[in-house]
Amino acid sequence: MQTFGWPEALFILRSAGWTLALTAIAFFIGSILGGAFAIMRLSRVRWLRRFAAGYILVIQSIPVLMVLFMSYYGLSALGIELPPFLAASASLSIYVSAYLAEIWRGSIESVPRQQWEASASLAHTTAQTYRHVILPQAIRISLPPTVGFLVQLVKNTSIVQVVGFVDLMRAGMLVNNATYQAFQIFTLVGAIYFAICFPLSRLSRHLEKVMNASRSH
Amino acid sequence: MPAVLIEGIHKRFGSLEVLKGVSLSVDPGQVVAIIGRSGSGKSTLLRCINGLETFHAGKIEVAGHMMTQDPTKLRALRKDVGIVFQSYNLFPHLTVGQNIMLSPRITKNVPQAEALALAKEVLAQVGLSEKFDSYPDNLSGGQQQRVAIARSLAMQPKVMLFDEVTSALDPELTGEVLLVMEKLAKGGMTMLLVTHEMNFARTVADTTVFMHQGLIWESGPSKELFANPQTPELANFVKAGAH
Repeated sequence: MQTFGWPEALFILRSAGWTLALTAIAFFIGSILGGAFAIMRLSRVRWLRRFAAGYILVIQSIPVLMVLFMSYYGLSALGIELPPFLAASASLSIYVSAYLAEIWRGSIESVPRQQWEASASLAHTTAQTYRHVILPQAIRISLPPTVGFLVQLVKNTSIVQVVGFVDLMRAGMLVNNATYQAFQIFTLVGAIYFAICFPLSRLSRHLEKVMNASRSH
Repeated sequence: MPAVLIEGIHKRFGSLEVLKGVSLSVDPGQVVAIIGRSGSGKSTLLRCINGLETFHAGKIEVAGHMMTQDPTKLRALRKDVGIVFQSYNLFPHLTVGQNIMLSPRITKNVPQAEALALAKEVLAQVGLSEKFDSYPDNLSGGQQQRVAIARSLAMQPKVMLFDEVTSALDPELTGEVLLVMEKLAKGGMTMLLVTHEMNFARTVADTTVFMHQGLIWESGPSKELFANPQTPELANFVKAGAH
C-alpha cells in the first residue's frame, strides 16, 4: 500500500493551483458578466431590467451543482462535449455573475440618490454619471462583501470534482483512497484552504473597517 | 426675452396636486426669491426648471431652451442652468478641484489647462482658493456649499437655481454662503432661489414670490411685498418668520 509522502503532498499542492486557477477564472468572467447584469438590473429600460432580474433569480434559485451538471452532462447529451475544466469554469462563472450582480446592484443603490441628481444637473450622460460619479463610490462600498464572496467561491469550487476535475478537495480524496491516511491528508487540505481563505477574510474585515472610518467624518 | 418663462405648470405626486397652474417670468439678471411654507410646492417648482421633476401640464422655457424629456436636449439645457442643493451633493471621492473641473471637461471638452484655470477662478470667487486639493469631507458645511456654487459656476450657466442652500447649515455658517450669493446677484447672474432667509430675500432679491397651496399667492418687488403683504396668508407667514 502507498503511504502519504512528498509525492502525494506535492500532488495535493499542485491541485490547489487548479483550485486557485478555477477561482480566478470564475471570478474574472463572473465579474464582467455580473457587472453587466448589475447595471442592466438598474436600467431604465424595462425589458433589460426584467431580463437581468430573471437571470439572477433563476441562477440563485438552483444549486450550482445543477448548472455544472447541465453544462457537462446536459450539453454532452445534446452532442456538445465540454472538457471538465471548461464546464467547471463556465458553470462557476455563471454562479459568480448572479451573486456579484446582486452585491453590486446593492452597492450602486446605496450611493445616495442626490449624487445622481447632482451629476444629471451638471449635464452628464448616464454613462458619464456611472463612470465618474456612481461607480467610484459603489466600488468602494462593494469591496468588503465582494472579497467576502470570493472566500465562499474558493471553497465552493470543490463541487467541480463531480465532473471529474481534480481540484484541491478531489486530490485529497484521491490520495486518501490510495493511502487511507485521512487525518494527515485532510489536515493538509484544510490547511491549504485556510491559507488561501484566511488572508482574504482578513482583507475583507480590514476593508470594512477602512470604509467605516472614512464614512465617519 | 425672459431668461425663465414658466407657464401654467401643473404637477401631481400621485393624487396630490402640488403645483396647480404656476406661471412666472424672470428677466435676465433678475434675482427672484421663492418663499412659502413647507409643502407649498416651491422646491418642486424649482426642480422643474432644470428637469429634475417632470410636470403634467404647462411649459417651461429657460435660457432659450424648451423643457423636454429628450436626453440630449435636456443636457443642452442643463449646461446653461446651474443648481445648488440643500445637501451640497459634492462628489465625495473627488477633491474640490476635481469636483469643479469634471463637468467642464466631460460635457464641454474644455482642455485640462483651461479647466484648471477656470476652477481656480471660480474657487477664488467663492473665497476658497486654498481648498483646491481638499476632499469635501474635510470642509465645513458652509465651505462645501461654496464649493458646490463654484462647481455650478464653472459650467458658466446663464441661470442659477438655489434650493434652500442654507437650510442644512449652522446659523454661523449661513452668512458666508449668502455673501457669495449676494456677490453673484450683484454681478448680474439670473437667480431663482427657494429660501427661508427672509432677510436675504428682502434685501437681495429684486422680486419675491410667495407660494401657498401650489399656487403663486402673491408676488412683487421684495421690499414692497414684505412691507405691505396683500393677503392674510403672506402677512401671517412674514410675521411667523420674523418671530
